Amino acid sequence: MHWLVEPGLWSNAAVRTGVGVGAVVAIVSAMVGLFTVIRGQSFAGHALADVALSGGAGSNALGFSPLAGFVVGALVGAGAMEAVGVERVRQRDVATGVVLGAATGLSALFLYLITLNSSSTGSTQLILFGSLFSVSAPTFLVVLALSVLVCLALAVIGRPLLFASLSSDAAAARGVSVTRLALCYTLLMAVTVGLSAIVIGAVLSTALLIGPPAAALRLGRRMSMTLVVAATFGVAAVLVGVVVSYDSYYWWPSHRALPVSFCVVALVVAEFVVASLVRRLTTRKSSA
Amino acid sequence: MSENAVIVDVQGVDVELAGQRVLTNVNFHIDAGEFTGLIGSNGAGKTTLLRMMLGLISPSRGEVSWPGDARDLRRVGYVPQKVVLDVDVPLRVRDFVALGDDGHRYGLHRRTRQTWERVEEMLDAVEASELGERRIGALSGGELQRVLLAHALVSRPELLLLDEPLANLDPGATSDIVQLLARVRDRQHVAILLSAHEINSLLGVMDRVIYIANAHVASGPTDDVVRPDVLSQLYGHHVDVIRVHGRVLVITGDVSTGPVAEHPDLVVE
Repeated sequence: MHWLVEPGLWSNAAVRTGVGVGAVVAIVSAMVGLFTVIRGQSFAGHALADVALSGGAGSNALGFSPLAGFVVGALVGAGAMEAVGVERVRQRDVATGVVLGAATGLSALFLYLITLNSSSTGSTQLILFGSLFSVSAPTFLVVLALSVLVCLALAVIGRPLLFASLSSDAAAARGVSVTRLALCYTLLMAVTVGLSAIVIGAVLSTALLIGPPAAALRLGRRMSMTLVVAATFGVAAVLVGVVVSYDSYYWWPSHRALPVSFCVVALVVAEFVVASLVRRLTTRKSSA
Repeated sequence: MSENAVIVDVQGVDVELAGQRVLTNVNFHIDAGEFTGLIGSNGAGKTTLLRMMLGLISPSRGEVSWPGDARDLRRVGYVPQKVVLDVDVPLRVRDFVALGDDGHRYGLHRRTRQTWERVEEMLDAVEASELGERRIGALSGGELQRVLLAHALVSRPELLLLDEPLANLDPGATSDIVQLLARVRDRQHVAILLSAHEINSLLGVMDRVIYIANAHVASGPTDDVVRPDVLSQLYGHHVDVIRVHGRVLVITGDVSTGPVAEHPDLVVE
């Protein structure tokens, strides 16, 4: 295995915690993200990530945990997006854009304040691009608890949510409260984006939310199987990303490792490309 | 339920959207097992009327009553006008039809054998059994309409509301769907209210027509409603109704006072 994984990787407690956090977040992101893609809310997910960024930056500027800032920021953004207007697709788009603009401005302010109070760029780097290996064990437990809650909530609303995502009018006619369901789902997405921000940073957090489910959708024919494939893709991207990042330390004489976030996101993109190719090949074969 | 039991009774209903009157003093009822065509041009208020019946829009005046039991959503099946399904949606046709039965239920529920049997029965009823394993997003327009019908029928409704199911179908597929609906009505004794902007494809199967124009409606047997005097009153100006080879041609405007303004949606070529 030494040719594949440099020695000492798993004996490092920070790496073990980071991999645990990454795997848990990858699973919850895949579950929530599958609905994000089906509902066509990728832009809303990205906007929530930017709002999470301002929350994380604000929290850090005030001396609190970035995780709390990420999650609370994304939740406030989700509430704002639903409050501004959701009756029509165009209104939803505008609402998302308005919240996104406001959040980006706040992020700029908070990141500026952080640089005033700190001589290093570490905090800014951590908020923007994450730092999986700096996650503490208590933070891991909080991430785990929130992830379990999100998964349970999704299990409860999953079927009506799928119904409403495919045809909101038909679902409403059957008594599904489509508006409340949308709000509930946006809040779950917000928490997930906040959790993902801890792993790969706020800027890249939607990569785990969108990438693995989008790749799985190219292959899956049933909802349950697609969920499993999406979660597997997400976990694989995190695990392999950690290994590649760790190993890359030994690749160059300068001993500078590639950032974990970059490795994870690059693998997510690779998974999507491969899944698309497989889909194209199987479609061509079946139509021939 | 007896043959002529009233399923839904709409009495004196006005509907306003964004401060504008869309429907005025609407009165009609639908009996069990009846095939009713809801006819009107684009933007006449057909979808608004259907949504109001479903309780998705509140009337500003009047009421919609469901005699018998209190309004039970399972009594009504609905096929909306727009159902756009991405080709990547990870659902087989039979999974999608099953959602029509249990898609409103929260929590984790394993589908029973009875549910799957009902799904197969409804796919068979709409002559789409062979589509069961296909991806829902990979169907043609005609195939999707059949599956949407099965989706709406699987909860065994007494009334089926279909919003423009014939739009975007070619004449052959339109005829197939109309004949299929007539068979479904006969075999399952389900009442059907189908909205369309073109009346001719429904002439052979309709028991009753509800005609919308200028925010007003006229309802009754087709021959009693699609008449120059009734439609002229609805449109507020002279309307001619010409019957050619068993088909109906509705012409709005007055030949003697100016060019004939053929109603684009209601005129047959």
